[in-house]
Order: sequence, then C-alpha cells, then structure tokens
Amino acid sequence: MAENVWILGIHMTKFGKHPTLDPVDLGVEAIRGALADAGLRMRDVGVLAAGNLMGRGGSFGQQLQKQTGQTGIPVFNVANACATGATALRVAVMAIRAGETEVGLAVGAEKLSGAGLLAGGAREAEGDTWAPKGRFGAVAALDGRVGTETMPGVFAQIGMEYGHRYGGTSFELFARISEKNHAHSTLNPLAAYQKRFTLGQIMNDVMIAYPNTRPMCSANCDGAAAAVVVSEAKLRTLSLEQQRRAVKVSASVLTSDPWQEACQVLPDVNTLTRVAAEQAYEQAGIGPEDLDLVELHDCFATAELVHYDNLKLCPQGGAVDFFNSGATWRDGTTPVNVSGGLESKGHPIAATGIANVWEVATHLRGEAGDRQIAGARVGLAHVIGLGSACGVHILEKAAV
Amino acid sequence: MTSEQSLAGRRIPLVDYLVLEGEPHLVAHECVTCAARYFDRRNACASCEQAEFRVVDVPTEGELRAFTIVSFAAPGVPVPFVAGVVDCGGTTVRGNVVNVPPDPEHVRLGMKLRLTTTSLGTDAAGVEAIGYGFEPAA
Repeated sequence: MAENVWILGIHMTKFGKHPTLDPVDLGVEAIRGALADAGLRMRDVGVLAAGNLMGRGGSFGQQLQKQTGQTGIPVFNVANACATGATALRVAVMAIRAGETEVGLAVGAEKLSGAGLLAGGAREAEGDTWAPKGRFGAVAALDGRVGTETMPGVFAQIGMEYGHRYGGTSFELFARISEKNHAHSTLNPLAAYQKRFTLGQIMNDVMIAYPNTRPMCSANCDGAAAAVVVSEAKLRTLSLEQQRRAVKVSASVLTSDPWQEACQVLPDVNTLTRVAAEQAYEQAGIGPEDLDLVELHDCFATAELVHYDNLKLCPQGGAVDFFNSGATWRDGTTPVNVSGGLESKGHPIAATGIANVWEVATHLRGEAGDRQIAGARVGLAHVIGLGSACGVHILEKAAV
Repeated sequence: MTSEQSLAGRRIPLVDYLVLEGEPHLVAHECVTCAARYFDRRNACASCEQAEFRVVDVPTEGELRAFTIVSFAAPGVPVPFVAGVVDCGGTTVRGNVVNVPPDPEHVRLGMKLRLTTTSLGTDAAGVEAIGYGFEPAA
C-alpha cells in the first residue's frame, strides 16, 4: 500500500479579470500562496507539475520556477483539456505515492477573460474548390453543417440525452440548477461573479445553445490555483499546527473514456466519470452518502445534472428527483458547488482542477467564512476535460 | 475538353461517409471483429484493437436522441440551427435537424427523422457540394 498523501498548503487567486497580470504572474501568486500556507519554500519541493492549457504549455513550469525559485527539480508540464489542473495534482500525488519525493507542488493558471467560444469559435477558411480533407474527407467545415462543435452545444446535448433516457428534464429544470449556483456564489468573495439571478432572468438571458442561456455557461475568466502535497512521513516531522491544518487526499483518480457505442459521435462524459467515482470511493473507503460537500464540473448547467448521477450522489436515473429534493443547495443533504461553480466562480481552465480542491479543503479546515459548510469532514472534487479526461479527488479532515 | 468543363455539373459529398449515388445514404466503417461502427478514417478499432473494417450502409431513418438549438456560433455559421444526435437503427449519427422550425416546440426528443440532403453551393469549377441533415419523417 502506497503512503498516504496530504495537502499541506493550497491557494486560489481571485478569479475574474486581471488585465495587468499574465499567466506567470497568476501562477506565481498561487505558488507563493500555497507555499506560505504550507510553511515551506520552493527548495523543499521535489517535483513540480504545471498546467497552462491555452498558452505556455511547453515550458510553463520552468517559467514559474524562474520567478519563484530555480532549484533544479523535475518539472512536468501537463495538458488535459479542462482536467489540466487535476492532472497536475495527480502527477504530484503519484510522485509521492511512488516514493520519489516527499513534497510535490501542482499549479494551474489561465488567462481567459473575453475568450468567447473555445471550440467552434472560428470557422476554418474555405478554398474556392471543394477538396476532401481530414479524417471525414470533408470538403468544407463541419461545425454548423454536421452538428455543433461549440462546448455549450455539446454539453446541451449531453443534458438533453439524459432527459431522453430518464425523463423529467426541461429548460426550467436546467435553469434552476444555474439559479442555485449563482445564489451560492454570493457568499464566495473569490468568485468572478457574485450576482444572484432570478429564474426568470436566467431563462430570459441570451440563448447560447438551447437549453443553455449565458448564465448557464461557465464564465471565462483569469485565475490560478496551486497545492503543496506531502507524504505522511514528511507531515509527521512538521509542526502540530501544520499537521492540524493538513487535509488528507483519500483518493486521487484520473481516467480517460473507455470505448462505448457512439462515444466518438457525441462525447461520453458519463462513463469515465462513473469509473473515476467508483475508483475514488474504493480508494477512500467511503461512499457518496458520506460526502459533506461536492465541487463538480458544471461547465454548463446541463452538465451538472448528469454528474449527480455519474458521481453516484443519487440512484441511476434519479438526478432530476435528486435536484428537485433540494439536496444540492448549500442547506441540502449533499451541497454541490457551494463555491458558485464554474457558472459563477469562473473557469480558468488549467486552474479549475486545483481550485475545486481548494474549495473543498477550505471547508474541511473550517476556513470557508460565510459559506462554510458546518462540520464538513469529507468532500469530493471533480473535473472533466473533453476528449476526455476525468479527475476525482476525495479529501478528508483527519488526524495524521 | 478541359478539366473544368468535365467537373461542371458534378456533385461531391460534404463528407466521405455520405453516398450520393442512388438513394442518398450514410455508410460506416464497421469493425469486422466486434462490429463497432465509426465514420472517420480508421487506423484500428478503439473497442477491440483489431484493424480490419468493412463498409456498411446506415439506415436512413432514425430517432432524435439529443439535440441543441445553437444560437451563438462562429462568424459565418448561420444561426439558429438544430444540432442533433440521431439513433439510426442502432447506429448513432451526428447531424443537423433540418426542414423544421428551430424551436423546442417543433424539435422534440424521440421524434422520428429521415435523412435528407442539402446543397452547400457550387465551387469555382462548377462542382456542387452536397451535405446531409435529418428532417421530420412524419
């Protein structure tokens, strides 16, 4: 059995518009915050995993080292779509479990304010003669001609497919999920948007891809998050205060999508999430009923619904009833996205998979201020990167 | 006869899995070993790892399994349009739902659809590109 891994320090920047900061500035702020929180320095770290999906992928970690401390440690520059941050954390955890180092650092940073559509945002230029190219032998751009490549449209279909299979979904139902997350965001000072919307405001806002209106889509913004993870042996050598605030990583799982019929036609975000959740619950030795809070990947309101089911927060096919019961509001039985979720907290891609771990850890430490879930001891953080990759981390407040 | 003249009046499918000869229909690459179906050029089967495929016809009638009405897209993409996923007798196909008003009153999950073709226009050599969509069958 590999050694337990603990989060010793973790930090999230304010999400939003940071016009004067570049991705390195944001990443540095997250790293220095996480190191200060951990009570360690860069020279204590044995491995760095870094992600910046939309920009400096090739050497982002080294660029961060140049502003925080060049200690010669191995750097893993990672990219895994919207699961990039979780992948960085997964790499740091894996290095410790493998016994290669006692201290790992994971960081994700993104500049995304005003980015618009991230896929299907521009149609490829077309020549003046039809010439087949690519894997479909296409003579012209397919986006808009053979379905949609836009993320709001893809995830809209994923939610609609759930409705077709199990029934009970409607435009209003999906909008009410968004209403919940925006209501939650008003308590989160680090959220990009902290505005409560009425159901009517959400449903009457600009339609992006039915049934997702603008407030039902994740908010493009700037931000970063970083985490310092340590081995249990290392933690035992640290101060009682450091041990008291440390949060146990009870499960760290990353999956890709196993082949399913039609998964190459409409992305299947369900199977790999279910597999990741099953592995995580088994690793942690706990069940979904034990969770005090969940941060899941609500890149669109339509996505949140299917992940209630995929993460086994409800019986299979029961996500609509589960939501309608009020379970996922912050005063419900399984609060989901008390941070405001990606729809209001924001979704600076590479930061997201660490920022949701920060949110859970902050509650487990009892340091979440006005939005604290009282007595939280166990939480789950989930991300999906389309393509696909799924990261699930289960955290516990525990004594070392 | 120049090549330009020889091309004029000819038609070319938008994608190579759309067959225009005879009754227009879609074809899939079916894995000879496990029967998994794909529409793109294949190297090997993602399900069973074997690398032998045969071309099979896909039924032209199906049922709408999921859809979205896209109102916001890249410049040059006409909106709104209905993007959908259609179950054609067990083979899942991506395509637009056409010849129906793009609103949730007229586009319904489970509605019966059939394949139809659409013109993308004619290129400089006079070749017309033909795309496909699904229209209400009833």
